[in-house]
Amino acid sequence: MGNGKLFRISGPVVTAKGTSARMYDVVRVGRESLMGEVIQISDDQTTIQVYEDTSGLKPGETVETTGLPLSVELGPGLLNSVYDGIQRPLPVLRQEKGDFIARGITAPGLDRKKKWDFKPSLKKGDEVKPGTIIGSLRELNTEHRLIVPGNIKPGKISEIKEGSFTVEEAVCRLDNGAEIQLMHKWPVRKPRPCSRKLLPNIPLITGQRIFDALFPLAKGGVAAIPGPFGSGKTVTQQSLAKWADADIIVYIGCGERGNEMTEVLDEFPKLIDPRTEKPLMNRMVLIANTSNMPVAAREASIYTGITIAEYYRDMGYSVALMADSTSRWAEAMREISSRLQEMPGEEGYPSYLSTRLAEFYERAGRVVALSEREGSISVIGAVSPPGGDFSEPVTQNTLRVVKAFWALDAKLAQRRHFPAINWLTSYSLYIEGLEGWFSEKVAPDWRASISSVMRILQEEDRLMEIVQLIGSDALPERERITLRIARMLREFLLQQNAFHPVDTYSPPKKTYMMIKTMLRFAELAYAGLDEGKRAEKILNIKAKDRIGQVKFEKDYETFLKGIEKEIEREFREL
Amino acid sequence: MEKEYKTISRIAGPLIFVKKTEPIGYSDLVKITLPNGETKTGQVLDTSEDIVVVQVFEGTSGLDKEARVKFLGENIKLPVSDDMLGRILNGAGKPIDGGPEVIPEDKLDITGAAINPYARASPEDFIQTGISTIDLMNTLVRGQKLPIFSGSGLPHNEIALQIARQANVVGKETSFIVIFAAMGITNEESQRFINDFEKTGALKRSVVFLNLADDPAVERLITPRMALTAAEYFAFQKDMHVLVILTDMSNYCESLREIGSAREEIPGRRGYPGYMYTDLAMLYERAGIIKGKKGSITQLPILTMIGDDITHPIPDLTGYITEGQIVLSRELHRKNIYPPIDVLPSLSRLMNLGIGEGKTREDHKQASDQLYANYAEGRDLRGLAAIVGEESLAERDRKLLKFAGQFEELFVRQGKNENRDIREGTLRIAWQLLGTMPESELVRISPEIKKKFYSPWHQA
Repeated sequence: MGNGKLFRISGPVVTAKGTSARMYDVVRVGRESLMGEVIQISDDQTTIQVYEDTSGLKPGETVETTGLPLSVELGPGLLNSVYDGIQRPLPVLRQEKGDFIARGITAPGLDRKKKWDFKPSLKKGDEVKPGTIIGSLRELNTEHRLIVPGNIKPGKISEIKEGSFTVEEAVCRLDNGAEIQLMHKWPVRKPRPCSRKLLPNIPLITGQRIFDALFPLAKGGVAAIPGPFGSGKTVTQQSLAKWADADIIVYIGCGERGNEMTEVLDEFPKLIDPRTEKPLMNRMVLIANTSNMPVAAREASIYTGITIAEYYRDMGYSVALMADSTSRWAEAMREISSRLQEMPGEEGYPSYLSTRLAEFYERAGRVVALSEREGSISVIGAVSPPGGDFSEPVTQNTLRVVKAFWALDAKLAQRRHFPAINWLTSYSLYIEGLEGWFSEKVAPDWRASISSVMRILQEEDRLMEIVQLIGSDALPERERITLRIARMLREFLLQQNAFHPVDTYSPPKKTYMMIKTMLRFAELAYAGLDEGKRAEKILNIKAKDRIGQVKFEKDYETFLKGIEKEIEREFREL
Repeated sequence: MEKEYKTISRIAGPLIFVKKTEPIGYSDLVKITLPNGETKTGQVLDTSEDIVVVQVFEGTSGLDKEARVKFLGENIKLPVSDDMLGRILNGAGKPIDGGPEVIPEDKLDITGAAINPYARASPEDFIQTGISTIDLMNTLVRGQKLPIFSGSGLPHNEIALQIARQANVVGKETSFIVIFAAMGITNEESQRFINDFEKTGALKRSVVFLNLADDPAVERLITPRMALTAAEYFAFQKDMHVLVILTDMSNYCESLREIGSAREEIPGRRGYPGYMYTDLAMLYERAGIIKGKKGSITQLPILTMIGDDITHPIPDLTGYITEGQIVLSRELHRKNIYPPIDVLPSLSRLMNLGIGEGKTREDHKQASDQLYANYAEGRDLRGLAAIVGEESLAERDRKLLKFAGQFEELFVRQGKNENRDIREGTLRIAWQLLGTMPESELVRISPEIKKKFYSPWHQA
């Protein structure tokens, strides 16, 4: 039923006649059953984008609809997986078909043979509806909660089993005849529903001082990060993946270089989760769709990733999703749009570019799930503007929806300032919303201290312009002190060594105390000047230069208190 | 047997439109016979029940509606075998050196398939090209794709030849075979390549694909695919290390644009088709190493930037797919410095994987960083010196200014046959140059490294 015939083939976009497929339904095209998706219907013609190379397809070959839109399989077994853009597990493809991705190969997203030990948390007679958690199982080191899928009608449990099951076996039956398995499917382009959205007022603590202190990201927030050549993006992303206090990490390599994806695929499995001492991959899902893999699958990869993220959010977890890069995704949209002969918008991008970007970022957020548990998805999207030009449409439309911008700066990277985040051009609009959390959990004057830091850094930028003209010796004493303090802030606070065992993670409390110690020095220095002390003497105070060593100290409190006493003593002795 | 059609309904540019055919496969190979017996080949670009669009590789001149069209029912394939080494083929893979046909061991589809990202191995073997600016500051590693961004009239071909001659992996006595694909270059340029290959004996371990400036433009679209298919055969079936030189990619992109507009597609930036990124990715990404295989493919595409504009779509999209770029500078060329490689905008993204202790030397990274920093600062100072005069610069600035000059003269400049060893040649010159600066100025270099390698250099 509903089988149509191919009418026209032109690259990855093909046209069929006589199929009953609906918009966005997945279809199987031709003898080799290539996977495709309906993207346009007009009169009796259905336009399909095919996820694989279409060489050799002929008019007249059959088009078979699956009756389902592009969907992912959700269930245990997602974690520690490496998928392509349409959730085909890459290790399985390699095992079965060799080193190259051949056409028409399929492999289920979830392992059909593996058994999972399911433990019900509800019993016979309990009422359930979509979103209800009915039990759980252990997926690596995560408690995988089984949620009643969205297509099940509310009802009472008539049977629920404990034991070992594959993802396809029913573990629960309802009185209305519905069966629940460990796995279900969800269409990727449709956001998974939640009960309600919450305000993003809890920070995603990253342990990276420049993020936590100056440009924080909220749980459920969205940030954009541009990745210019050689700016250390990969290391920054790895630090975030390692240390962000998210339970699950979804990493989407969208249109990346093959060799760089290899670095990710090689490096991430080696990383050890600092909290559990287990491999970090145990709580990660990797999606890799390199630039030469079919463009339609690249377009889909972003949706595949965020749907998996939503699934874990619904279990009550906080998920961090990294998309690298959304520019490549936008280019995929542009390419498909031009194949459809749509009227192009700015720079050839389709006119719906901004809507699609906004829709995607809107799927982030901190929510109360249908299960009444709280979960969140924070999205960190990389943008790679061509020629480094930020005025191009993808960057501009992204900046319109994201609330934090982390400007990776190749110049800083060249000066070996890591993480190479430019503190003058970055921003975060979450600071205000997070103020309450920080003042309650860290220190009441958190916000005020951060503002002082920013003020000094901005002052430095202004002063440096003068210094370049007349040299630093010509500056007034007060300004010279400011420059010195700014340098301390840059070197001690903003620079962080991702490879040092202690410095790689800086808890907010430590970050705060470091700031306070430096501000205390500033306070004493300015006061000393007012009392008539010479700037040289103040700049000669030795203890201040040792503040930086706290980076490598575990017992930072004692260390910083000692330094502060020392600084005070030296000031008295001036 | 395949049917022949005499139903051409329209001929436009490089395209012919054929009516009333049986179902024809997309991208199938097509043979066209002219009334005078001449034959041309083409490929199906668009197929439907009503009409089939064919791009003709040799161009459509001389074609009329009387021509007979035969669809061969298969994709374009390249016959491959060991005997290809030492041969010169045209852009469509036919021998043009007067030798016999290649007796195929296998016939491979030239479209190629994407390497499963999970099957890739990380590139990490340092390739010594003997060119200091590349070896020390923009290191090439095996499996990388590193394009040369050049401009018209710059010696990119000489550099490519020098790399092809000199490239080797230190410590591993395996040499590269070179697959050379020329797209739209002049006869003279191609002569020079071939003469050089013959003179140095490199031709024996090379395969040359030639599509010259007066060859059909459409053929250029398959030339790089032929070359890369041959490369994959040698790398992944014959365990060889292959260096692929593609020149000039700008001509390839022009052909892509030509076909796009002949098909009346909606153009993207500067008239290039919207799918150019994916199209280029499908070529460039055919470089790399596969886990468990002994061979590798390293790519060295060359492109001339139109109007020396690095933001032009061709270099721009290329830069987003390749792992860095080597940029040639007209300014250095005018100063008569060969190779005129401007290190500042050049970059090798995989450099760190191939250098350091056990690979090159422990001071490699730091020395490179320091040279970058000093040269950048020194070049900036040239502007200032032009305004205020060199004498009024501070002592340190004068040193940096001199450093920049010497860097270009001693480090960048080298002979066309000068093969500098990384330790004995390139790094030695690097430390000489660093020796012109006071030790305290070398802030990128750790005290231990300085202790081991730094000594002041007093010039006469």
